[in-house]
Amino acid sequence: MIRLYNDLIIQTVCRIMIPLIQLFAFYVIAHGHYSPGGGFQGGCILGASFILMLIAYDINWIKRRFSENKNVILIALGVFIYALVGLLCILLGKEYLNYSAFQKLIPIDIARVRALGTLIIEIGVGITVMAVMVSIFLNLTTFGKHEKGEV
Amino acid sequence: MIWIMEILILTILLICALAAIHVKDLLSSAILLGAYSFLMCILWAEMGAVDVAFTEAAVGAGISTAFFIGAIYQTTRRTKD
Repeated sequence: MIRLYNDLIIQTVCRIMIPLIQLFAFYVIAHGHYSPGGGFQGGCILGASFILMLIAYDINWIKRRFSENKNVILIALGVFIYALVGLLCILLGKEYLNYSAFQKLIPIDIARVRALGTLIIEIGVGITVMAVMVSIFLNLTTFGKHEKGEV
Repeated sequence: MIWIMEILILTILLICALAAIHVKDLLSSAILLGAYSFLMCILWAEMGAVDVAFTEAAVGAGISTAFFIGAIYQTTRRTKD
């Protein structure tokens, strides 16, 4: 799981499956406000695709592109998007997370403005959940030693 | 005819839950817990709570099984008790 285990069948299947899983995760995030799903579920599926990549390939191969520093930045970025949208609503003169305040910036129908605000919030939630799931799995499988390069 | 399916799923659910407690191999226990989670997801979807069922399928059957297997990888596979 941690060291490279060269298996042609597993790696080929993962190479085909991972883009499809990620596409489905983006579909779930983008359609969260009028169908089952949302930021949390889509983020979990997106995190599961990266966990599948970690299981099938070498952990050091993954960490060259998806290091722990970038992971922590992604966790903070999702929370930042959430808080920024909420505070922007206060600055525009409505309550926290009252998306109808965006009607002053984008003059379209009020229901469409609310759907747009929910979409931005769910993108933030999805980024945070994905990065947290990958971080939990990395620390669980390596005793938290992977940052020092001991695995 | 839907209640026959409900009773069938509940029976398999109970068998999976009891087997996950009593089996000695921790890896089989994790897989049985994933099966339990998936049956619970089917039951919730059948009762009309599609959003809860989606969360159960994504978190219970997908992510938490991977976490359990990752944790078992760091310890022994057989239980002592």
